[in-house]
Amino acid sequence: MADPVHQFEIVKLFPVTKIGGQEIAFTNSAAFMVFAVVGITAFLLMSTARRAVVPGRMQSLAELSYEFVASTIGSTTGKEGMRFFPFVFSLFMFILVANLVGLVPYTFTVTSHIIITIALAMSVFLTVVVYGVWKHGLHFFGLFVPKGIPIFILPLIVFIEVLSFISRPISHSVRLFANMLAGHITLKVFASFITLLGGLGAVGIASAVLPLAMVIGLTALELLVAFLQAYVFTILTCIYLNDALHPGH
Amino acid sequence: MATPTAHTEQASGPKVFPPFNSETFASQLFWLAICFIFLFVMMSKFALPRIGAIIDNRQKRIADDLAAAATAKAASDAAVAAYEQALAEARSRAQAIANETRDKQAAESQAARHRIEDDLGAKLAAAEKTIAATKQAAMANVRGIAVDATKAIVEKLIGVAPADAAVDAAVSEALKG
Repeated sequence: MADPVHQFEIVKLFPVTKIGGQEIAFTNSAAFMVFAVVGITAFLLMSTARRAVVPGRMQSLAELSYEFVASTIGSTTGKEGMRFFPFVFSLFMFILVANLVGLVPYTFTVTSHIIITIALAMSVFLTVVVYGVWKHGLHFFGLFVPKGIPIFILPLIVFIEVLSFISRPISHSVRLFANMLAGHITLKVFASFITLLGGLGAVGIASAVLPLAMVIGLTALELLVAFLQAYVFTILTCIYLNDALHPGH
Repeated sequence: MATPTAHTEQASGPKVFPPFNSETFASQLFWLAICFIFLFVMMSKFALPRIGAIIDNRQKRIADDLAAAATAKAASDAAVAAYEQALAEARSRAQAIANETRDKQAAESQAARHRIEDDLGAKLAAAEKTIAATKQAAMANVRGIAVDATKAIVEKLIGVAPADAAVDAAVSEALKG
C-alpha cells in the first residue's frame, strides 16, 4: 500500500546556503511557493494589463478577488481596516492558490506543513500586537479587561482573555494545517484502495468503483475546503486585526 | 506539537512525519519569507493599486455618465418648457392682433357707413326740396293752363269770350273742390 504520508515529504532540490548551522535548501516546497506567488502576481498583472472599463473574464476574476477580500475586511473591521488590505489580500491569495495547486495530483501542498501555517498565523498575531500597541499604547491591553465585570471575578476573566488571545495563533494555524493534511491523507487512502482492489481480479475491479466514487466526491469536497480554509484564515485575520484597530470592543 | 502520533513514534528511526521534521523548518521559513514578502510587495505596489484604479475609474465613469444623462434630461425639459411657453405667448399675441384688427376694421366700417348715410340723407333732403319746388311750380302752371283751357272751351261753346274774373273764380272753385 502506498504511504499516504509520502506526499508531504520535503525533497531537497539543491542546497543554497547555511544560516546559523541550519542548511537552507531549495526544496519542492520552495518551488511550489515560488510558483504560487509568481503565478498570482503574473495572473493579476496580466489580466488587468488592458485596464478595460468593461472587463473580460480574466480581469473579472482579478476584480472579483479584489472585491471579495475588500468586502471581507470592510464588513469585519470597517474602513480603517483597509490599511491592512495588501497584507490580508496577500495572505488570502497565497493560501488559496497553495491549497488549490496542492489538489493537483503529484504536486506538493505548501499549507500542509505546520511551520508554514504557524509562520503565517504568527505574522498576523505580531501585526495585531505591534500595531495595537503602537496605535493605542497601553489602552490596547484594555482588550483583556471586558467592561461591566464584577471586580472579584475580574482576575479570572482577564486570565481567560489573555489565554485565549495567546492561543489564537495556534488555533489559527492548526485549523488550516490540519484541514489540508487530513484531506490529502484521506484522498490518498481512498485512492490506494482503488489500486489494492484492482489487484484482486474481476470482483476487485468491479468493487473498486466504490472508492473511485469516494475519491471523486472527496476531491470536490477538498476543492470546497481549499477555498473555505483560505476564507476562514482570512476572516479570522480580519477579526484579529479588528482588535488592533478597535481594542475598546 | 510534540504529541506523539502513529508516525512520530518512529522518530528514533529514519522516518519522521514530514510536517513535524524540524530539519526542514529553516528552509521552509526562509523561502516562505522571501516568497511572501515578494508577493506582498507586488500586491501592494502594483497589482492592488491597478485593480483599485480600474474599479474606481469604472465607478467614476458610471457616475459621470449618469450625471451627464441627468443634465441632458434637465436641458431637454427646459427646452420643452421654453418651447411651450413661446407657443403660448405666440398664440395669445395672435389672438390680441386678431382682436385689435377686428375692432379697428369694425370701427372703420362703422364710420364709413355713417359717412355714407349722412351723405345719402343730405342728397335725399335736397332731392325732396327739388321735388317740392318742382311740384309747386307745376301746380302754378296747372292753374294758368286750366284758366286758358276754360276760356277757350267757353268761347268755343258760346262764341263769346268770358270775363277773366269769372273764369278765374270758377277755376279756383273747381281746384278747391
